Amino acid sequence: MIQPIEPMQTATTKSRQTILDRLMAKVVESPGLPTPDPLKLTRFDDPLAKFSEVLETVGGQVHLVDDPRQVAKILGKIEVFANAERIVSLVPEAADNTFDISSIDDPHDLSAVDWTIARGDFFVAENGAIWIDGQTLPHRVLLFIAQYLAIVVSRREFVHHMHDAYARIEAPKSPFGVFVSGPSKTADIEQSLVLGAHGCRALQVFLTP
Amino acid sequence: MTQVALPIVDRPAEKKMKRDHTDAARAFVTNPDRAPWHDESLWFVRSKRDKQAASLPEWEYLRSLASQVKTATIARLGEYLVEFERNATNAGATVHWAADAKEHNEIVLNILRDHKTTKIVKSKSMLTEECGLNHFLEDNGIDVVDTDLGERIVQLRHETPSHIVLPAIHLKKEEVGETFYEHLGTEKGAKDPKYLAEAARGHLRDKFLSGEVGVTGVNFGIAETGGVVVCTNEGNADLGASLPRVHIACMGIEKLVPRFQDLGIFTRLLGRSATGQPITAYTSHFHGPRDENSELHIVLVDNGRSKLRQSDEFRAAMHCIRCGACMNTCPVYRRSGGHSYQSTVPGPIGSVLSPTRDPKEHKSLPYACSLCGSCTDVCPVKIPLHHQLLAWRKEIGFMNLLSYDKRMSMKAASILFRSAKLFSLAGWLGRTSLKVLPHWATHHRFNTWTIARELPQPPKESFRSWYAKNRKSENSKGKTS
Repeated sequence: MIQPIEPMQTATTKSRQTILDRLMAKVVESPGLPTPDPLKLTRFDDPLAKFSEVLETVGGQVHLVDDPRQVAKILGKIEVFANAERIVSLVPEAADNTFDISSIDDPHDLSAVDWTIARGDFFVAENGAIWIDGQTLPHRVLLFIAQYLAIVVSRREFVHHMHDAYARIEAPKSPFGVFVSGPSKTADIEQSLVLGAHGCRALQVFLTP
Repeated sequence: MTQVALPIVDRPAEKKMKRDHTDAARAFVTNPDRAPWHDESLWFVRSKRDKQAASLPEWEYLRSLASQVKTATIARLGEYLVEFERNATNAGATVHWAADAKEHNEIVLNILRDHKTTKIVKSKSMLTEECGLNHFLEDNGIDVVDTDLGERIVQLRHETPSHIVLPAIHLKKEEVGETFYEHLGTEKGAKDPKYLAEAARGHLRDKFLSGEVGVTGVNFGIAETGGVVVCTNEGNADLGASLPRVHIACMGIEKLVPRFQDLGIFTRLLGRSATGQPITAYTSHFHGPRDENSELHIVLVDNGRSKLRQSDEFRAAMHCIRCGACMNTCPVYRRSGGHSYQSTVPGPIGSVLSPTRDPKEHKSLPYACSLCGSCTDVCPVKIPLHHQLLAWRKEIGFMNLLSYDKRMSMKAASILFRSAKLFSLAGWLGRTSLKVLPHWATHHRFNTWTIARELPQPPKESFRSWYAKNRKSENSKGKTS
């Protein structure tokens, strides 16, 4: 049963005016926007240790490597990696692709990807999050559709907390960017934590020099 | 006497009156398997939140910052919205404005029709629940799949979420198993959360791959950059927004923050307050569409918010970032369950917001509260929730919406407290009745107060007579000597 609907453009323009008129008509005073005082914000003696500790508690696994080439070796010891058929590596120095990603146009064609190995920009000590810029992803869905995710990030590239994280990003450089902290998870059934909801089932993080 | 023209949204005449919270909660509260179990589940979440809050020395400082940012945002909301619209449009997004729920739903339907779409995948959005989007779209032939696991469970059961962050918190794993057996073909009697979640993963993967448009809510909109931020643990919003070419983000106008840097404050508070996590698994930032062949639509929804802003008393309720901490800590919510509130947002914040839409319909909610103040203590944006609940009781009294027995007992109390003689007489009457009345005279079906309570032992004498005997003479002695 299809009901007629008035043309959208006129309706939304009218509502825009109605909403803004009402908001502008009532003047509300406020002391203005605050600026966080950096001296009041926690910094960690050992940010790397803090990051690793938090990431492990949210279900991620952290590996310190001296050389990116060690990544493939460590992953190879994980059964689901050794048996994986479709691996997308966005970090060529760490692992090889098993198929040519450049030929893929429609993200739906990535539905069978087993592993994505992505590059992180920097990590956040306080909460185990890693910032991934959309520019590094040929398809942003790669982060979410792969059964397993590995992120390679330099251990020199970190911030202590989220204030510094946003200060470091400064302004968004691409249409998409995401903080990833641990594998996807749900506790929607009786508060029982289950790793691997819709996104990756597990997260491996490699900290390179 | 009311400061704002209430109600904010006019109640359609034909709408059925809601039950009182007490009546609506009865079945849940009196179920010995349900209320204590629910109470414990939520207390567990609240305890995790406490642990996270205590781990940050600057926690209280962050709450103050968040409150200041929100106060400043709501004060200049009109200007920030225009700034947001300009920057979002420059980034390539299409911004729509909806004055109310109906218009929001029509805007979404129009976008779907423009793309000849009948299948959408949706991530959790309390705004679309508030607007009744699912039913509207289904009535118009659209197949809507909620992809958040909790929301999918309640959708399959034809229920509504009972909590804004944990939509299926009222359900036991056996019930989820039964629902999945019926709809997803899992084994009968299955109740292992891991097995059930895995079944849902498979079921929803197919839905994600066949969804033609992704609809998400918005946790934060950024005026300075025109971007929107969506936070999830499951990764469902991201799959929904990165597979289809069209992403529709539905956003209440109060979800704005002025500066990109402000996200630093709010991302630190949200996950910790909501579920006791240091941050959600995914915190995704969308600035414009994916590429030149894709579209990002942002629907800005008022639906009563600009009117709520006019109320000096209740304006701070617009600071809410929908973390759910106030419900997790609320002794009434934990025992009565979310459905007893009969509104999209339950718990303390719901009891403040719902009457602003329709004070008559939701008049019992501000009384579903012991005024303990715990909600105010945990709120990450410092909404003075229990003060607002008290303020609502005053409003409801002024509006003459109190029930006859409450009105009469208040009047009687007022007369009693104004007369010393009457007060002293009532005291004597009370003490004497406690002494002489037989049990059956106080414990009967007309006195609901005594269903689960015993009356106190009467004191041997009143304070007045004790004072007259022991202190009055001493005082007068002291004066004379």
